[in-house]
Amino acid sequence: MRLIALGAALAVGCAAACAAQAQDSAKEIQRYRQMIAEGSPAELFELEGEALWKKAQGPKNVSLEKCDLGRGAGVLKGAYARLPRYFKDADRVMDLETRLLYCMTTLQGRSREEATKRVFGTADQPSEMESLSAYIAAQSRGTKLDPGISHPKEKESYELGRALYFHRAGAWDFSCASCHGEEGKRIRMQDLPVLYKPASARPIIATWPAYRVSTSQFVTLQWRMNDCYRQMRTPEPNFGSETTVALIHFLTATAKGETYKGPGSKR
Amino acid sequence: MKVFALLLALMVALPAAAEPTPAEVQKIMQRDFHPRGQATMERLAQDGVQRVCTETRDRPPAEVTKALEADQMKTITYPQGSLMGDWKRGETIAQSGRGLTWNDKAGEAGGGSCYNCHELSPQEFSHGTIGPSLRGFGKTRGAGADLQRYVYGKIYNAKAYNLCSQMPRLGLSGTLTPEQIKDLVALLLDPASPVNQ
Repeated sequence: MRLIALGAALAVGCAAACAAQAQDSAKEIQRYRQMIAEGSPAELFELEGEALWKKAQGPKNVSLEKCDLGRGAGVLKGAYARLPRYFKDADRVMDLETRLLYCMTTLQGRSREEATKRVFGTADQPSEMESLSAYIAAQSRGTKLDPGISHPKEKESYELGRALYFHRAGAWDFSCASCHGEEGKRIRMQDLPVLYKPASARPIIATWPAYRVSTSQFVTLQWRMNDCYRQMRTPEPNFGSETTVALIHFLTATAKGETYKGPGSKR
Repeated sequence: MKVFALLLALMVALPAAAEPTPAEVQKIMQRDFHPRGQATMERLAQDGVQRVCTETRDRPPAEVTKALEADQMKTITYPQGSLMGDWKRGETIAQSGRGLTWNDKAGEAGGGSCYNCHELSPQEFSHGTIGPSLRGFGKTRGAGADLQRYVYGKIYNAKAYNLCSQMPRLGLSGTLTPEQIKDLVALLLDPASPVNQ
C-alpha cells in the first residue's frame, strides 16, 4: 500500500517550486528503489515456475525435469549462473530461455511455433518462459556468474555481442552505446548503466531476470533485448536468435565473477 | 592522426576471435530480425553515417566528418515563412516519446522524445542528461532568423552539425513534421516559452 502511495506521489511530481523539490524527490526515488529491492514478489513467479518445470506437457506428455541446462539432465543448482554457453547437442551458444525452448521442442515434442507463441507475458498473465526463468535463476543465488567463453563458438558469440553493442542502425541511428555508453547519464529519471564496463555490468546483470514494479511484470533478458530494440526503432529480433543470445552473452561475460543475487526487482 | 592511433589501439586490443565488421553484423541482423508493424527490415540497412560512426566508435577522421556532414546538410529542407511555431504545442511534442516503434500506429503523430535526454522547461523535473541542458536556450542567444534556422536544421538532422551525435534525425527520419519542428523551435526560442523563464 505504501508503495502505491509513494508511486502516486512521484507520478504527480512537482508543479511549482521545482528546484527545491528536486532534491527531495531524488531522495524519495532512492528510498523507493530500496523498498522494491527489499520486498520482491519474484518468489511468486518462482513457485509458478517450479510447478511448470514439473508439469507434463506437449505431445510426449513429459515434464522438463530431464532438461540439461549445462550441468547435466535436471541439475538446476548453479546452472543459470553458467549461461550462456555452448551446447554440443544443439551446436550453438544458448542462454536460459533459448535452452528452455530447445528442451520444450526436443523433450516435450512441442513445436517451436506453439512454444514461442507467448514468450513475453502481461501483468495479469505471466508467460511460461518468465515463470520458468524465475524458478531456474533462483537456483543460482549465491553462485558466481561464469558464462562459457572458451569454445570457439562462445568466442564468436561474445565478439558478435560486442559488435552489436556498438552497431548503429534503425530509424533513430541508435546503438546500445547511444544510451549505455557514458557514465552518469540518464533517460528521464532512469540511470543508464554502461554495460560494456565490468563495474557497471556486474551489479545489473546479477539481478536479472527480475520483477518490474512499474508494469507489475516478471521480465527476462530476452525481453530486455527485445524492448531495447523496439525503442531503438528497429524491426523485431527473433526470440532466442543468435543476435539476442550474443548480446546477453557479451553482457554476462562482462559481468563475469559477480555473485548472482536475483531474481531481483526493477523500478 | 590521433584518430588513427586510437583505431590502431582498438585493433590491437581485440582478442583472437575477430570482431565481425559492420557489414557482417548487418547480415546477421537481417537473418535474425523480422518486420513488425511499421518497423520494416530496410531500417537495418546502415547508411554512410551509421556505418562510419559504427566503424570509428563515433570518432570519425576530420575529412570524412566534413564530407558527410556536408551531405547531411543537403537533406535539410526549410518551410516557407517563419520558423517559429507555438511553444505550447512544442512543450507537448517535447514530452512525447511516441513514434516509429513497431507498436506505434503508422502515420500517427509522434513526439520528439526531447525530455528523454534534455532539460528544457524548469517545471519538468523528470528529464534525461544524455544531451546538454537546453534550459534558458533562447535567453542568451535571442530568437533571430539565423538562430531559428540553426535550431530547425539541428532538429531536422542533427548529423549535419555533429556527424556521430546520439540525437536522432527527427525530420529526416519522418518522426516529426515540419510544423512540429517549428513548434519545437518556438519552445526553445520564444521569449514567452517556459524554457526561457
